[in-house]
Amino acid sequence: MPSKSRSLWESITAAGIRSSRLYGIDTAVTLADLAHASSLGGRLEQLRGRTVLLAIKDQLTAALAMIELDGVAQRMVLCPPDLLPGHLPGVIKGAGVNACVRDAAPRDTTGLGIEPCMTSEPKLLPGEVTRRRSHATEWILLTSGTTGAPKLVLHDLASLTSALAGQPSAPDTIVWSTWYDIRRYGGLQIFLRAVHAGSLVLSDPAESVIDFLARAAAARVTHISGTPSHWRRALMSGAAGTISPRYVRLSGEIADQAVLDSLRAAYPHATVAHAFASTEAGVGFEVRDGLAGFPATMVSAPGSSVQLRVTGETLRIRSPGNAHRYLSEEAEPLQGADGYVDTGDRVEPRAGRYFFVGRRGGVINVGGLKVHPEEIEAVINSHPWVRMSLVKARRNPITGAVVTADVVLADEAGATGERPGGEALTRELIDSCRRVLAPHKVPAMIRIVPALEVSASGKLVRPVA
Amino acid sequence: MSMKSAIAAQFQQVASEQERTLSPLSDELKLLQSGLDSLSFAIIVARLEDSLGIDPFRSSEAVEFPVTFGDFVRLYENFAQ
Repeated sequence: MPSKSRSLWESITAAGIRSSRLYGIDTAVTLADLAHASSLGGRLEQLRGRTVLLAIKDQLTAALAMIELDGVAQRMVLCPPDLLPGHLPGVIKGAGVNACVRDAAPRDTTGLGIEPCMTSEPKLLPGEVTRRRSHATEWILLTSGTTGAPKLVLHDLASLTSALAGQPSAPDTIVWSTWYDIRRYGGLQIFLRAVHAGSLVLSDPAESVIDFLARAAAARVTHISGTPSHWRRALMSGAAGTISPRYVRLSGEIADQAVLDSLRAAYPHATVAHAFASTEAGVGFEVRDGLAGFPATMVSAPGSSVQLRVTGETLRIRSPGNAHRYLSEEAEPLQGADGYVDTGDRVEPRAGRYFFVGRRGGVINVGGLKVHPEEIEAVINSHPWVRMSLVKARRNPITGAVVTADVVLADEAGATGERPGGEALTRELIDSCRRVLAPHKVPAMIRIVPALEVSASGKLVRPVA
Repeated sequence: MSMKSAIAAQFQQVASEQERTLSPLSDELKLLQSGLDSLSFAIIVARLEDSLGIDPFRSSEAVEFPVTFGDFVRLYENFAQ
């Protein structure tokens, strides 16, 4: 198991990897080969002690860089592949980046203004490599903030691997796979679990679910993880039966009874588990009884290293898996005074269990991606025809939720340009959102309303769930 | 308008909004090969709930997830009965 004084490489070699492999979309790397080969070659030493931005599109390239840089870099900043270029300067400044690793074919050719900036590929260059641990590398994960700009969350290998204790360790027999991107917390957990216990089949955003399942089946996947939305998509593909895993895991969204039952039917021989984790709070728990929600006995259970508490309707977690802090100086503290991280996830007790009922502050979860209503409202409100808007979640059986908006129009007199009516109007508002927002943030429906409720304190009244 | 044509119209509408090329709709067409992604299906189901007043996925009985366009239409037809 990982310990505070080991690098990721030392930790996974101690776990006894032999034939463990990392499978990318069209190539695979045997982990043990990293003992005498490197994806960065002699350039690795140039990154020692630096704060390294991993602005890499390819997951396998990023996985190799993470293994090689832990213990070498002062800090690693993990950019998810869909990070908007406009947010990069803030991330670079906020984390104090002074080096970077990119794909050999970077997605945009504009320089980042960072030196040294080296390119990497999903393959190993043979040569003498000294894997010397000189730093307790800080891992910086990005999570979405209210304004759209990501928040920087600081972890280290100890906090990221605290949930690994007690995990099955049977090298060479476990093959993990996940739809998640390993630069986000949920995917990073699977990556770290996999490299300590066996192999990992990485996903690729351009790959169809059928092709991904075929690749996972070819690698003899035994453990596989995704959001309920990923799983619904797999069930709708007709190809779910391509794989026969022993362990099926859901996280990142509310797992409802329907999706749990469907997976139980599709994989009668597998353990179907749903887990709760967040970038800030770490891994909370895993539920294996096939039922939605989690047993109330998990809350305030003594003796567990992960302490759960429900205060003010939201789930709070205190554990060695908590992130250490937000990186920006003006950010609020990550933990409350009692040392617990408020997850912002609202839970409701019913018949001896707690059920998730949505997020506080109206944060919407669309297929595992967080959406802050304020960001979308700002876009809608910037339209000259609009006076104000309220963005809400609407429950959805495919993606858990979709985004909808109620819009109050500005007075006709003050508006610029001729305003169309009816559908053409809502279409134009949706189009204006699509021009600047990621697809999951664009409202699925817009309703024109005469007024929106404003509280005595002058704030929009938001629905509770 | 029949259930099937109402659903087909919604598929076309959402495909055009999402700037996706929709394959010709037939009963045998696999949904995941239709050119639409999860978000598109999510929007279709939400809009159909508004226009038809039903969401068969929210039924109390376990729902078998539709694989083809024909399965999808049948799910709605059976639920409406």
